[in-house]
Amino acid sequence: MSLDAAMPRAKAPAILPGSGGLRGALSDLFWRKPKVLLLLMLLPPVLWLGIVYIGSLFALLAQSFFSIDEFSGLINRQFTLKTYGDLFQAANLDIILRTVTMAALVTLASAVIAFPIAYYAARYARGRWKALFYLGIMLPLWSSYLVKIYAWKLILAKEGILTWLLAKLHLLWVLDAWLSLPIVGGNSLSVSFTGTFIVFVYVWLPFMILPVQAALERVPGNLVEASSDLGASPGQTFRNVLFPLALPGIVAGSIFTFSLTLGDYIIPQIIGTSRLFIGQAVYSQQGTAGNIPLAAAFTVVPIVIMGFYLWGAKRMGAFDAL
Amino acid sequence: MRSDGSQSAPLGLKIAATCGLLFLHLPILLIFVYAFTTEEKSFVWPPPGLTTQWFAVTWNRPDVWQALSLSVRVAAISTAIALVLGTLCSAAVSRTKFFGRETISLLVILPIALPGIITGIALRSAFSLADIPFSFWTIVLGHATFCVVVVYNNAVARFRRTSGSMIEASMDLGADGFQTFRHVVLPNIATALLAGGMLAFALSFDEVIVTTFTAGQQQTLPIWMLEELIRPRQRPVTNVVAMVVMLVTLLPILAAYYLTRDGDQIAGSGK
Repeated sequence: MSLDAAMPRAKAPAILPGSGGLRGALSDLFWRKPKVLLLLMLLPPVLWLGIVYIGSLFALLAQSFFSIDEFSGLINRQFTLKTYGDLFQAANLDIILRTVTMAALVTLASAVIAFPIAYYAARYARGRWKALFYLGIMLPLWSSYLVKIYAWKLILAKEGILTWLLAKLHLLWVLDAWLSLPIVGGNSLSVSFTGTFIVFVYVWLPFMILPVQAALERVPGNLVEASSDLGASPGQTFRNVLFPLALPGIVAGSIFTFSLTLGDYIIPQIIGTSRLFIGQAVYSQQGTAGNIPLAAAFTVVPIVIMGFYLWGAKRMGAFDAL
Repeated sequence: MRSDGSQSAPLGLKIAATCGLLFLHLPILLIFVYAFTTEEKSFVWPPPGLTTQWFAVTWNRPDVWQALSLSVRVAAISTAIALVLGTLCSAAVSRTKFFGRETISLLVILPIALPGIITGIALRSAFSLADIPFSFWTIVLGHATFCVVVVYNNAVARFRRTSGSMIEASMDLGADGFQTFRHVVLPNIATALLAGGMLAFALSFDEVIVTTFTAGQQQTLPIWMLEELIRPRQRPVTNVVAMVVMLVTLLPILAAYYLTRDGDQIAGSGK
């Protein structure tokens, strides 16, 4: 080979000796058989998540096929579908329907409020403003969940800032009229479905903004300009160009808002009426009632609903927007 | 000449975006005002007077300190476990293509993708089936499980940006696997791990839903807070704790943001 002749002869051996010892042997083994290293790297996390998490999910599923002995209150560890029979009583179906309706409304409202913020951040904010917008969405997302709920308890209380503000604006009659409505009203906002709804929207809103913004970042600006050059009104541009392109992002965000609302039991407990949501039903069944099988069967409901939801979302291409 | 992206937004959009951001931030600011109120019995606005006495009262409350110490210990150990598991998993997934790689990613993300109550009740029923009594470690078990994903996301994003040829170069120059990890891989992913660790800490420090199922009689700070929300005992103390919790969780988020902002994927975009 001509290359060989051109190269100066090196004094060092072509192959270095192994560094020796256990450490060297291990290092050589990992180099020669990368699969061993891969296996060793994967083993701890897979064991942890597999045993602790997947194991627990199976335990949960198993529990839902057990039943509770009504007289002794003990759990009868034998396969039965009786617990699922109990689940489909009218009262429980009411709870499921109420939760799903709330989740749908919260998702819709979050999408409406999130869109302008996401659109502004994606298309108009630049440089310093972009960073500010990013932090402006990230800080509420990560700040303490309970403190956020507490803040709304302060706001919605009868003697709180919202009533004060409305009184200053001479708009108290609007609040009173709203509170006197059947279902959505109540004694004060902090014990009504309206209050629950507002807090849900507030707490999950950042989860909607981020994927919508990610989807809108990918829309080229000249597409919007082309649409208006071709004579579309801003409304038409929104309906025919922006909205269809943002839809995967909205669906991706709705996975969070929907799933989180389905499973939450703390918000309706602190701000809301005494009528239960799925999460509260699960919590009270496993806690005070000690009926873990029924609680387990109840949690299967959001899992099944989310399963269908994710399947639908995947068909709409929402996962590419995540 | 309009495609340079510098044209200003329509007025309606500006107003809607501003209102949205105000909606997100004003309630949090309110917490800072209420921590100084002189009112004890109600949430009256405007505050009848301002005082700092409740900070001293809170400082002398042993139950607050106990809850805080439990929360910090749980968060520290969960973060440590999550750092190890998350780094291993992300290294395996981003270095090699193997059968079942997608399944591993799904497995890591699942604990945070399913509602917290499912994770909580699942762990609770597993403890009940296996007759494991509630303890400090049952809380850590739950927290570490959902903290892995935060470290994993940050580390995977960083691995994607570091080139594999550096590792090969290091090995070619005679370093063994351990030296390469210590001197080449670790410095590259250090800030991503730090950011992931801080986010994991914040996530664990604030977690309440899973904790209510795995804590038994012990009180972490969020559980203490939840008790106060359901059955208020001394409202001003709750106000002060709320403000402190807010500050404690905001600092790691800001730090994580500044550590990773130069990258293509900034920490914290997936909670």
